[in-house]
Amino acid sequence: MSTLDTAPVSEGAPTAGRPKPKSQGGGFGRYLLVRFLLIFPTIFILVTLVFFLMRTTGDPITAAQGGRLGPEALAALREAAGYDRPLFIQYFEYLGQVATFNFGSTLTTNRPVIDVLFTYGPATFELVAYSLIVAFAVGIPLGRLAAYHRDKPQDAVFRVLAILWYAVPIFFAGLLLKLIFAVWLKWLPVAGRASVGAELQMQVLPNKTSIYTIDALMTGDPGVLGDVLAHAVLPAIALGLLTGGIFLRLVRTNVIGTLSTDYVDAARSRGVAESRLLRKHAYRPALIPIVTVIGLQIALLLSGAVLTETTFEWKGLGFILAEFLESRDFVAVQGIVVLLAVIVALTNFIVDIIAAFIDPRVRY
Amino acid sequence: MTAASATPVRRRPLRDRLPIVHQLRQSMGLQRGMLVAGLVMVAVFILCSIVAPLIAPYGFAQRKDESGSFGTQQPPSPEHLFGTTVGGYDVFSRVIWGTQTAILVIVIAVVLSIFIGVALGLFSGYFGGWLDRVLVVVCDAIYAFPSLLLAIVLSIVISQGQSNLWGGVLAAAGSITVVFIPQYFRVIRAETVRIKAEAFVESAKVLGASNSRIVFKHVFRNATRTLPLIITLNSSEAILTLAALGFLGFGIEPTAAAEWGYDLFKAQSDVTSGIWWTAFFPGAAIVFTVLGITLVGESLNDLADPRLRGRRRVAQASGEVAATSVVPGGTLTAGPGGLAGLEDGQSFDEHGIEVRR
Repeated sequence: MSTLDTAPVSEGAPTAGRPKPKSQGGGFGRYLLVRFLLIFPTIFILVTLVFFLMRTTGDPITAAQGGRLGPEALAALREAAGYDRPLFIQYFEYLGQVATFNFGSTLTTNRPVIDVLFTYGPATFELVAYSLIVAFAVGIPLGRLAAYHRDKPQDAVFRVLAILWYAVPIFFAGLLLKLIFAVWLKWLPVAGRASVGAELQMQVLPNKTSIYTIDALMTGDPGVLGDVLAHAVLPAIALGLLTGGIFLRLVRTNVIGTLSTDYVDAARSRGVAESRLLRKHAYRPALIPIVTVIGLQIALLLSGAVLTETTFEWKGLGFILAEFLESRDFVAVQGIVVLLAVIVALTNFIVDIIAAFIDPRVRY
Repeated sequence: MTAASATPVRRRPLRDRLPIVHQLRQSMGLQRGMLVAGLVMVAVFILCSIVAPLIAPYGFAQRKDESGSFGTQQPPSPEHLFGTTVGGYDVFSRVIWGTQTAILVIVIAVVLSIFIGVALGLFSGYFGGWLDRVLVVVCDAIYAFPSLLLAIVLSIVISQGQSNLWGGVLAAAGSITVVFIPQYFRVIRAETVRIKAEAFVESAKVLGASNSRIVFKHVFRNATRTLPLIITLNSSEAILTLAALGFLGFGIEPTAAAEWGYDLFKAQSDVTSGIWWTAFFPGAAIVFTVLGITLVGESLNDLADPRLRGRRRVAQASGEVAATSVVPGGTLTAGPGGLAGLEDGQSFDEHGIEVRR
């Protein structure tokens, strides 16, 4: 039982063997720097992994054109693109390109991948933002309720619900939502980000952001805004429920955890009401882990966005990735994948910094 | 015999030491209900895959029988319980045959990632040094990456998008393996670092046991507590990834095997025209299977976490588990949340082992 006995000690004091930071500010500065520097090996490892994986089977041109062209034509194309050179030279060249934010050009449309990001990125950003709203709105209150009614029927229902949300693949949830609310009930649009009329109205805006909600606000036409929001409801729910389920579980576990800490016991012995204990004492510290976890959820959300966008023809990065996959444009696929890796690494960094701001324990 | 068993220790009866049986006896109330429901669902799933040839009325790639072609997009009827697809296949048969593909992916993915992840974790945790640091950084990098994207890249590599049965299965299993190695690695490594400092390991050293003996005999056998939990996570992720790949059109051709995700991919346009049965049944099969596995995993997790266990009877029955649990403070909530599961805020445990950060 020694492990259990020592556990609470580690809460207050920093880890054994690790020197205590001298001052708060210095600790935070160092933490910031270390976290920032960690971005680079992460991206480097992923770029290397993806590069060598993609090349173990051959070059993108052979993969894309395989069978359709004669050997000579293929060789000429490969030579033109530089794929006949030694792998390591190509690798270092690729690293150099990535370092300068050049992710290559697509084979099919011959556009720089970074352009693809600017065209389709805002849509994905918008979808992820909406689904996070859904996840917060669903996960946090329900998780709190579940913790409050721990081991009672309500708790059971919420927990099974959270597991169910996890077990339903996003695309299946999407298809079901579409079938029920768009096809049968006809309450909401079937697919896309906006109807044609609304899209035309937003096209002519002088400085449009491609984030449709903002664009719709700029048109000043409530009809357009309503149209854009109506299109976002189903995809946001499909993607948001998955994360919401995770938040629910997390909030529940942590609220239960904080409810059994000494300071809550102390408050209880002073006669603080149970509901107030939950609201004021146990709830807030239980939210901190959520911030930390959002960083990790970004990876999951992006995976989910690929599937959600495909289901709802939401023209974002995931949708375009699926299209490039279908047309076997592996240069574009590689570019987008690496780009997303960079985005994930950066988001994780930002979220970690925010978490460190909120929770001093993280900085150690 | 061994150094560990030299002192006579009374072992608990066998029924308490078997992984699932022990937890079943330990559990009560809602937890038991969830565990039992999960186990039943998993049993149905496994049974289906074994007796698929007996249950399925038609082959997975069969479009016609003696009385002629099945017809396409036929609604459910006595001949075709779940209707037929746009390609003219019997939906019910494909749902049943799909269990075989799913099991195949689970088994390959789990076996591969356990072997590699556990071996790396033991090695890295026990010997430490620069290799340990490198492995930790690499695993963290992979861990933070969207797994589906990795799966896509791997399926391009393994099958070049051309999907026969083995290509598709290996692509899904392989990508799941790569994604899950870090998880096994991290848990086993943390345990190894902890156990390495225990008195019984030192005693073994004093007695002159070799490194390999200590690692496999003493450390490994004490570090496997959380494995069942990760295995369930791993299995359900395997199914979901296979389905996701299928849904993106990277699945297994319908003539090669039945795969639920691919059936959903083909059913996309049906949904828009109100044809529900081609999408509903394969999707429901995925949900059923993942739900069953997840319920088992979730219950095991709760029973292993002292904070969640709570109830008196259960707590008494499992004091031993808590003592060697990987997360002494009880911070591990590795459940189907997956990523969420392995971290909930605390960045180090009381041994100063970084739990990622």
